[in-house]
Amino acid sequence: MTLIVAAAVLVVASLGAVLVNPADQPRLAVAFGALIVLGELARLAMPGNRETAPISMAGALGYTLLLNIGGTERAQQSAMQVVAVTAIAMTIGALPHIAVGRLPRLDVLARRLITIAAVAFAYRPLAPHLDLRGAWWTALAAMVGAVVLAMAIDLVVTALIRAEALSARVGVALADEFQSQLRLDIAVAATAIIVALAIGIMGILALLVFTGPLLVTQIAFRRYAAIRSTYLQTVRALARVTEVGGYVESGHSRRVGDLSVAIGRELGMYEAELLELEYAALMHDIGQLSLPDPIPGGATVFAGADEQLRIAKLGAEVIRQAGVLEAVANIVEHQCEPYKPNPELPLASRVIRVANAYDDMVGGSGDHDRSAAALDRLRHDVAIEFDPDVVEALARVIDRLGHGRF
Amino acid sequence: MNALPLAGRLYVGCVVAAAAILIYTGDYGNVAWPVAAMLGALFVACESTSTSIADDATVSLSFSAALASVVLVGPTGAALVSLAALFSVRKGLPVVKRAFNAAQFSVSAYAAGTVFETLHGKHGVPQASEFPGLIGPYLIAAFVYIAVNMLLVGGVLLFIGQLRFRSPKYLHRGPAVSLVANYAAYATFGLLIAALWTIIGWVSVFLVLTPLVVARWAFAQYTEQQRAHEATLAAMCQAVETKDYYTRGHCVRVSRGSAMIAEELGMHADRVDAVRHAGMMHDVGKLGVPTRVLQKSGPLTPDEFATIQLHPMRGLEIVREIGFLDEALAGILHHHERIDGRGYPMGLAGDEIPEFARIIGVADALDSMTSTRSYRGARPVPEALEELLKCAGAQFDPVMVDALIRSIKREGWDPPRPVGPPDSPGQVARQDHDDPTAPLRVSGDPAG
Repeated sequence: MTLIVAAAVLVVASLGAVLVNPADQPRLAVAFGALIVLGELARLAMPGNRETAPISMAGALGYTLLLNIGGTERAQQSAMQVVAVTAIAMTIGALPHIAVGRLPRLDVLARRLITIAAVAFAYRPLAPHLDLRGAWWTALAAMVGAVVLAMAIDLVVTALIRAEALSARVGVALADEFQSQLRLDIAVAATAIIVALAIGIMGILALLVFTGPLLVTQIAFRRYAAIRSTYLQTVRALARVTEVGGYVESGHSRRVGDLSVAIGRELGMYEAELLELEYAALMHDIGQLSLPDPIPGGATVFAGADEQLRIAKLGAEVIRQAGVLEAVANIVEHQCEPYKPNPELPLASRVIRVANAYDDMVGGSGDHDRSAAALDRLRHDVAIEFDPDVVEALARVIDRLGHGRF
Repeated sequence: MNALPLAGRLYVGCVVAAAAILIYTGDYGNVAWPVAAMLGALFVACESTSTSIADDATVSLSFSAALASVVLVGPTGAALVSLAALFSVRKGLPVVKRAFNAAQFSVSAYAAGTVFETLHGKHGVPQASEFPGLIGPYLIAAFVYIAVNMLLVGGVLLFIGQLRFRSPKYLHRGPAVSLVANYAAYATFGLLIAALWTIIGWVSVFLVLTPLVVARWAFAQYTEQQRAHEATLAAMCQAVETKDYYTRGHCVRVSRGSAMIAEELGMHADRVDAVRHAGMMHDVGKLGVPTRVLQKSGPLTPDEFATIQLHPMRGLEIVREIGFLDEALAGILHHHERIDGRGYPMGLAGDEIPEFARIIGVADALDSMTSTRSYRGARPVPEALEELLKCAGAQFDPVMVDALIRSIKREGWDPPRPVGPPDSPGQVARQDHDDPTAPLRVSGDPAG
């Protein structure tokens, strides 16, 4: 929220400044504005519900870094002008999205604008002292410094927002951001420098030449993001075959999946681990498909311990067939083993065991008493059947759930 | 390349000789040697890494390096730089192939370089004043490079019989568009390397290649995830079938058959993928049919028949959340409709039945007939195709049946291995709802 207010103040201030002092080199401003608009139109939804606009960021950073145009003409845009152009272009780029009903995520837009503003205020005052035709390496070093600053601000702010929104630990969120965004950020940073340098030699035309490489990168990332989301949807959907077949109660796999992820996050698991945990939790009952007929009542907690182990093994075999989800198969295989003789079980398996037992007792009902009773029963078996840390994490998750947050 | 005929050897010899003559007689008066050396190293690096940024295009990174050298070091310099392909680090690349590759790169680069120099008047590190005039000649030079390159490589493919001329019907729009887009993008990288060289020298190579390397990482991730997705999908669909001994692997084969038909019809790659997925998942709803109905040997009661008729809808219910094309969903829902309107669940007829459903229906019946069932053995493929033809027009769309037959004639069909009776009788269905030769028997139904 503070972020959005700060961004709004920035927008007003920059627009005011530009109104008082008309824009320098308006053609340049319009050209970069157009690139940013294009980038906003081609927004990218990266895995983990991350909204990015790499082309827009590269354009705005490139405009910030630009020193000269086509050889001798110096670029004169002030930091305020950079912010104003970026803000206007972002707004225009968001309009078509709004027209088709996709509301902009204000915090994401604000974060991007503040990143650009910070870099612009740090770099633009230096710009008159940098010369590419003399000591090009000083200028290049300044540019690299500026983009590194941009990446750092962007990563840290994103991590803080995510930690807050998902109730994750800040350190973990930071590591996740690093893991998932660093490569794309490096591409954006390099692209921004290339844009600034290329315009320096080729003139404003370089922006046109540049769309090619940008699109290649964009397409590659878009396809990657699309397949990741399809993959998750497929597993979520096909996990429901056990429900349609009457093997488990309706909605069971999805609830165990969501609950497991919430517990895992509470325990400080990383995003990659959480994805494996979610897959395993969704597919934890898949072994039941090998049974000729559903267990009466569905819930595995009422089946014998040996039977449960056998089903878990069968499920792991099914998943191993795919040949690509070895870790997930391993988690599913150990999901029914009690905590006591072997506390070295995979953490994800211990989480699923607790989430599954809880959902078997509570089901889809949001009844407070039932959930408290289930929690009591889990606590009763703690340290023998269930991992105490996991049960306490579950208690915290349920507590938050009671207050309306998962 | 092992079985290269004499004419092919001569051809390769000619190309290599041409490259040698060009390089030997070339004019090295104004080649900037440090620049050429750096570009040569870049060329080796590009040729050594496995390339491809899109699954269907074969544009290599070295294209950018070659075009950058056309601008920076001129025709002879570029030919020499391309010769560096001789030293690319690729295990198991035969010497002949290596020599031919280097030679054809050299000849292409020389041709492009000559065109560029003629049109632009000079080569060398470009100055700001040369833009935008340089861009036109550069684009033409890039085009010449691609044309010469394709001609030379096409020649060899023709000799070893890998190049087949297919009628335009089979040329899908998708790959052609992405090929052009890739060439354009890589050409741009070459221009950027050359342009930025003016300011930051050899650093430009690293700077320009950084986004490209990241894009390639993303693409590699994409292919890996796609493979994982297909494998997971297949594993989960097969898990649904473990309940019935005789239908194991059915989904995978129907998926393949459906894709064969779709390809034969010249569908866009995205739609072929969609029908492949739909074929894979067409029967997941069967899990909603109680085992005792599937394993019943006598005639079914109307109620029991109704549960079987509902399985496409149960399937739809499961897969609806997946972000596939709507066409795939329609294909799953209607794969048991008949052209004469007597199918289920909705009794659609003729063109009302979605195209995907008509495809899957044919592939489904083929696999059913060529697989062993508890009440009969597997039929040979030609006999099954004969039966499909007989039912075309009434049950199946003749267009799809024809496409399947053409495709099988060319590529063959692997029916499942004949299986003996299972160990435990608990896993056997007594009737197959997919079998056109033995319709489900329903009590009170005169057809049954």
